[in-house]
Amino acid sequence: MHPAFSVIFFTVASGAGFGLFSLLFIADTFKLGGGFSQDQLVAGGLIAMGLVVFGLLSSTFHLANPKNAWRAFSRFRTSWLSREGVFAVVFMPLALIYLASIMFDAPLWLRETSGFLTAVLAWITVFSTGMIYACLKTIRQWNTPLVPANYLAMGYASGSLLLLLGAVIAGLDATPYIAMSALIVSIAAVLKAIYYFWIRNPGLTPTINTATGLTRAKVKLLDTGHTHGTFLTQEFGFQIARQKAGLLKIVVFVVGFVLPGLMLVWVFNQQGGQAAAVIAAFAGIAGAAVERWLFFAEARHVVNLYHGAQRC
Amino acid sequence: MRLGLVIDLDVCVGCHACAIACKEWNASGTIGPLSDYQPYGAEPSGVWFNRIRHYEMDEYPNNKTVNFPMSCMHCEDADCVTVCPTGASYKRAEDGIVLIDQTKCMGCNYCSWACPYGARELDRSSGTMKKCTLCVDRIYDEKLPVEERQPSCVLTCPAHARMFGDFDDPDSAVSRTVRERGGFPLMPELNYNPTNTYLPPRRKPVIEIEAKPKGGLKESIKQFANKLVRR
Repeated sequence: MHPAFSVIFFTVASGAGFGLFSLLFIADTFKLGGGFSQDQLVAGGLIAMGLVVFGLLSSTFHLANPKNAWRAFSRFRTSWLSREGVFAVVFMPLALIYLASIMFDAPLWLRETSGFLTAVLAWITVFSTGMIYACLKTIRQWNTPLVPANYLAMGYASGSLLLLLGAVIAGLDATPYIAMSALIVSIAAVLKAIYYFWIRNPGLTPTINTATGLTRAKVKLLDTGHTHGTFLTQEFGFQIARQKAGLLKIVVFVVGFVLPGLMLVWVFNQQGGQAAAVIAAFAGIAGAAVERWLFFAEARHVVNLYHGAQRC
Repeated sequence: MRLGLVIDLDVCVGCHACAIACKEWNASGTIGPLSDYQPYGAEPSGVWFNRIRHYEMDEYPNNKTVNFPMSCMHCEDADCVTVCPTGASYKRAEDGIVLIDQTKCMGCNYCSWACPYGARELDRSSGTMKKCTLCVDRIYDEKLPVEERQPSCVLTCPAHARMFGDFDDPDSAVSRTVRERGGFPLMPELNYNPTNTYLPPRRKPVIEIEAKPKGGLKESIKQFANKLVRR
């Protein structure tokens, strides 16, 4: 699959935003590390919402006809893309109610209820983002429950690293935030490792024989019938060399998981301070971006069978 | 009704006339135009509803070229319709034709990801997704003579490799042909239940190939001399 920059940016930014907001609610509820002040919570919440809005706006850049984008909310009952849009939009007012109830000292039940609902909606939205890809039977590398699991884990890992950065800047006791990040980042790393292991051999897939129905003998492509590329070759023809993909997987693990983990140790030992927390957050997000690029680059759409691939 | 095409892989000669006729009709059809990019330039490309690919089956001396026209299969379980977030893609209840409402499409490409057959192509100039309409603007046109109320690809095919009809009617020509010739759907394992059906190439006897002369140089010279004498 052709890795579209706007979609990569959208999923990474909105995933981090939704993750940050839900974890901010947990940090607020349990007053982790002494608890953020009202202003700090509101600022953090607004940054999270900013990431989400920024992501949603950038996702409209990959639309060829954005003037009809408002219609995307209309097929909630069948389309995961529509569901994602609806959930993301419902998230906004709920998040604002939560932030307002923090700012204006609303009763605790309102603050906690709105915060909880916002956190759940954030989770559902990221899940829907993953399901956009996971529901496609045409791409074996995506058609697995590991995909929404990965999207959630990567989003929450980025969010937890951003929250840790906030805690360090706010001068809170960083230990509970470090523990939270360590846990979520390692879960994300394990899920990603399972995914990479799984796509090496994703089981039975369509072949050029089932695609053409000519199952009685070997089949090979003689001619694609077009002189230059087509929409299909541009959208689905992208192929990544096995070696390069292997190298990028190492980059994902080193930059996305190992480096933030090391920085957590630094922050814990109070050696690097803010710089270490900044590096952890940026490395985590950069790793997620590489991971997302690779997620698209490694996906093989079955239409490639008609262009000569023997299996997908 | 369940309208669709039967394509006879035994007969298709790979002339691309169906694709040209399709382009010609649909360029001014309900969801036309079908934009071309650099049609006379170095990298010609554009929107087509019907594409013909060419394959080789088996190996020498049993090999056979199979010409393979493909357009929208008008699937019974069309995922392209269910994934569409705007409601632009729809499948007609009355005849099963899958269409795209050009006024609703936002050009997100998601339906093309869901289609295993590569039937949907984005038109970069209109920013909307386009696909085979089964010539919905022809087959119901009462101003045309009855025999011309068929998709233009079917009408134009010089080898009669294409048939159009109702698959729900067990006595229709398409249903009967599919039964008699053992027609098959493409990629049935994905469970899209495509309507369009393909007829397999017939098995033909292997043509005997003239045996090469045995022996070395001496034998060759002898044969050459014999030929000269005979003349």
